[in-house]
This record gives sequence, structure tokens and C-alpha cells, in this order.
Amino acid sequence: MTREAIPAERVRERSMVPRAKPESYYGQPVLKEPTWTPEVPFYFYTGGLGGASAGLALLAEARGNDVLARRAWLSALAGVSASPVLLISDLGKPSRFLHMLRMFKVTSPMSVGSWILAASGTATAAAVASALTRLYPRVGRAAKMASALLGMPLSTYTAGLVANTSVPAWHNARLTLPFVFAGSSAASAGAAGTALTPLRHAGPARRLAVGGALVSVGAAVAMEQILGDLGEPYKKGLSGKLSRAAGALSLAGSAIIAARGRSSRGAAIAGSVVLTAGVITERWAVFRAGFASARDPKYTVGPQRERIECGETRGAVRRARTGA
Amino acid sequence: MPHKLLELETHSWPSSYGDAAEPRVGFFTDTSICIGCKACEVACKEWNHVPDSLKGFSGKSYDNTLALGANTWRHVAFIEQRKPTGAEAAADDLVAAAQRANATNGMGLDTYQDSEGIRWLMSSDVCKHCTSAACLDVCPTGALFRTEFGTVVVQEDICNGCGYCVPACPFGVIDQRKDDGRVWKCTLCYDRLRDDKEPACAQACPTNSIQFGELSELRERAEKRLDQMAAAGQTEARLYGADSEDGVDGFGAFFLLLDEPEVYGLPPDPVVTTRNVGQVWAGVFAGAAALGAGIAAAVFGGRK
Repeated sequence: MTREAIPAERVRERSMVPRAKPESYYGQPVLKEPTWTPEVPFYFYTGGLGGASAGLALLAEARGNDVLARRAWLSALAGVSASPVLLISDLGKPSRFLHMLRMFKVTSPMSVGSWILAASGTATAAAVASALTRLYPRVGRAAKMASALLGMPLSTYTAGLVANTSVPAWHNARLTLPFVFAGSSAASAGAAGTALTPLRHAGPARRLAVGGALVSVGAAVAMEQILGDLGEPYKKGLSGKLSRAAGALSLAGSAIIAARGRSSRGAAIAGSVVLTAGVITERWAVFRAGFASARDPKYTVGPQRERIECGETRGAVRRARTGA
Repeated sequence: MPHKLLELETHSWPSSYGDAAEPRVGFFTDTSICIGCKACEVACKEWNHVPDSLKGFSGKSYDNTLALGANTWRHVAFIEQRKPTGAEAAADDLVAAAQRANATNGMGLDTYQDSEGIRWLMSSDVCKHCTSAACLDVCPTGALFRTEFGTVVVQEDICNGCGYCVPACPFGVIDQRKDDGRVWKCTLCYDRLRDDKEPACAQACPTNSIQFGELSELRERAEKRLDQMAAAGQTEARLYGADSEDGVDGFGAFFLLLDEPEVYGLPPDPVVTTRNVGQVWAGVFAGAAALGAGIAAAVFGGRK
């Protein structure tokens, strides 16, 4: 049997199919890796814990579950108190932390976030002080409302903060990453409430912990899908390992809470600890994925070159108008 | 205001300066006449007291600085390409090759970058002083600002080292000095501009590869150079960042390149991240609303 020769045009067509690795300058990164220190992913956690706990506390109180509400307010206070310490210690010039409040810029989630954190910290402290001293109950109620309301964007703006950079694994996740962080924050507050509250009163915290964990893990999977090739840092290398560990720990923790959290305080605490480890690892996975994404020029150049080649844009380059 | 000026307009220049606004200035770096002498790197360091950035011998051609950074505000890239150029490329038509050699020599369009079997690309990179500058947009303290010359400068006495500008820059220009904590980059010699002097790198450049001037005038000059080169058969020549239609609405410091930008370590389609800041906030508030709804469901959706 003789084989048919492949027409020349088809050979050429085929040889053009495999996309070449984008060119680079000696493999040097195009972008700079962030200079942010390990305090930052821990701040993502404490901000989420504080913000979501304030919401949980306010609504638990409204439902008449004061036992859970009191503990959630303390988690909220712990979260919003630790946050500025972590943030200030991350600064290159910590003594200039007040410069964060020189302006209010909507183009800078860090600026808006600094104001949210300052306001939410003040409101939470006032709410807790009023509750403990029983002084100024009206101010206390207003402060609780403010703290819970501000707590929601406090939990998710950090996703917008990293998304508002040139780092592809962050910027291209700008519509999904906030849901990963919302889920993680809910799980953080739920886990703290589950661990600190007697079983009988901890129902809402358990539901929040399990629901938050599922949303966080699910949103992370969706984010990786949507990112396509740019999602590689969430699958490979150190950040990939962190990402897988985060999913496993979160699911294990929420499974323990769901299975045994109602009947055993020990299991409730153990599940909460594992889940908390999971959500902190998730913040670390996102954090490190950004570094990996900035470091490799293929993530920067690849999609840009593609945009140009498919005619979406001509990029920043222009040839001579007259031609040769 | 003439149309030309409108095209150069940024968010805050010239509007926020009123009568104090100066013409927008910048660099046209014509890499086709760069000889890789690094006088720009040295002059910049000397004038601006930029600390040393010794990284040892890189082995990557003659480049031992490798990238722009907190302590490298001009960076000369060296690319050695094994491809036939000039007369060699046109070897099957010697007459055409001779004509082309004559044209380039006669018109002073020699690129200094052709040699036997190897094409040398050299290019002095610098901060682009973008029309829509991500570093400036994301800076929470206002340390980064638009000067009266339309350039982008960090105020050393305001920067608190939050580092947000570092991953925001689509070119990887700005970086933090570890020992100092603050971020640093090219100021386009703001101090010299205020004394009516050209930036140190442009003054030191022996071939006029680095040209300083009013941006509108530089754009015209670049256009002419591009046409001249195209006419002389240098069809690889292209302008990078020379008009207002790219992802950063035009560069204050733009380039004439002889290959694709990524070959020089430059992004082919840089886009200012804050172009999508509306979507960023939409995501944040949708996430916040979902969180609120989730907490409500957890609290009210079962037993107390």
C-alpha cells in the first residue's frame, strides 16, 4: 500500500500550529516581583477574619444568639487589631504609615482599603468598648452596624488590591479572586466561631465555616479554569503545592466540622484548626502564585503577543506608514 | 489648545498646573544608533547619586546590569542575533546589496549594528513616563506625582515603601531599595529640567541615540527617522510607544527598535492595569455582597 503524500500547503500549515515559546531577553522577567513581605498573606487572613466575624456577630445578635455574637465580636476585634500591625510592619518605611491617609484614591485599592481598615477598626473597637462598658448604647449600635458593613469589603478588597496590578495570575482573576477571598473570609470567621462557642450555640458558625470553605475551594477551581494558561502558577511549583494543600486542608476541616462538629467540642475545635490552616494556606497560594506569574516573562509576553496576532490590538509598535 | 498638545494630555498635566505647566518633555531613544557604550548608565548614576548595583559578570553579552531597577535607571541591553544582515542578506542580488549599502552610508543611516553573520542590537531602556501611569494611579500616598513637565516622579519624602507601584508597572521599571525601604526610578532628571538642562543620560550619549526634547517635537522627529530608514531598506525599524493609541496612551519616553519589543525585554502590548479598575471594584463589591448574603444564610438558614 502506498501512502498519500501530504500536500505542501498542509505541511506548512501544520508546522505553524505549535505555538513557539514567547521570546524574551535572556529569560529576564518583564515585570518586577512584588516586594511584599510574609505579613501580607497573614493580613489577608486577619482582615477576612475581622470583617466576616463582624458580620456574623451583628446578625447572630439580631437572631438573639448572644453567646455566639459576643465571641464573634471578639474575633472581629482581634482581626482588625492585628491587621494594621501586619500592614505597617510590611511597609518599607513603617514610621510613615500615616501617609496612607494623605489621600483617597479610587484608582488605588490600597488607598481605599486603608480607609476601610481605619474606619472598620475604629467602629469595631467602639462597638466592643460600648458592649463591655454598657456606655453609650446608641453609639454602640451604630458602631456595630458600621463595623459589620465595612467588614464585607474589608474581607474582599485585598483580592482587588492584588488584581489591580500587571501580574497576569492576579489581574486576569479580577472577577473571580474576590469570591475566593469572600469564601475564605467566611470560613475564617466560621472556624473561629465554631472553635470558641459552646456546641449548642455554634450552629450558624458551623454552617458559615462549611459553606465558606466550599465556596472558597470552588471559586479557586473556577478561577484556575478561567485563567487557562495563566493559571499555571496555581497548579505548578511552590504555589501549586500550596494551592493543593489549601484545598485539601479546607475540605478536611469542613468535613470534620460537618460530621462531628455538632456532637463533640473536641472535633469542632480540631476541624476549625484544620480549616483555619486551609484558608491561611489559600492566601499564601494566591500570594506566591503572583510572584511566580511576575517572574516568568512567558506569562507577560504570551497573551500580549496573542492579542496582537489575533488582531485585537496592534500593541505599542508601529511600522513606517510609507513602507519600503 | 492645539490638537498636538491634546494628544499628549495626561490626567493631571497640564490641567492641574494652569500657567505653571511647562511643555511635556521626554526621550526618543533611537536604538539603531546605540553603540552600547553605557555612558548613559554611568552619567545617570553620577548625577542622581544612584547606589551601585554590581551583580558580577552575567555572561549575557556585555550586559551586567540586566534590568531596570531601584538602582538602575538607564539599562543598556545587548542582543546578539545570528542572522545574515545588510549585504549578506541580499547576497543573491549583489547590485541591490551595493545600492543599499550606498544608500545607508550616503544618508548617514548606518546603524553601526551590522557585522559578519551577527546582528547586534543595543538599546538603552528607561522609565517610559507613561501618559496613563499605573505606578502613579495605584500609589496610595501620592508620593508618585505628575510634574509640570508631564513626567512621573517619586517624592522621596512621601514614599512609605508600600510597594504597590512595583508589580503595577507593566514594564517592571520601579523597584524598592532594600536597605532604604522606598521605591526609586528615573526622574527624567527633574532637578536638571528645572534648571533648563537636559537629563544627564541624553547629554552623555555620544551618538545622540538618546534624544531629549518636547514630546510633540520628538514624535515628529521619530516619524521622519522611521520613514528615512524604511526608504533606505531598513524595514525592521519600528516605533515603540510613539503615539497615543497604545495601552498606556503613549509613552513619554519612546523608542525606535529593530526587532519585536520582547526581544529587548519589553512588553509588546503593555496596558495600564487601572484601565480595568471598574471591573476590579465590581469584583470586590460583588464578593462583599456574596459574603454578606452567605453570612445571613448561615445565621438565619437553620437553627439558632
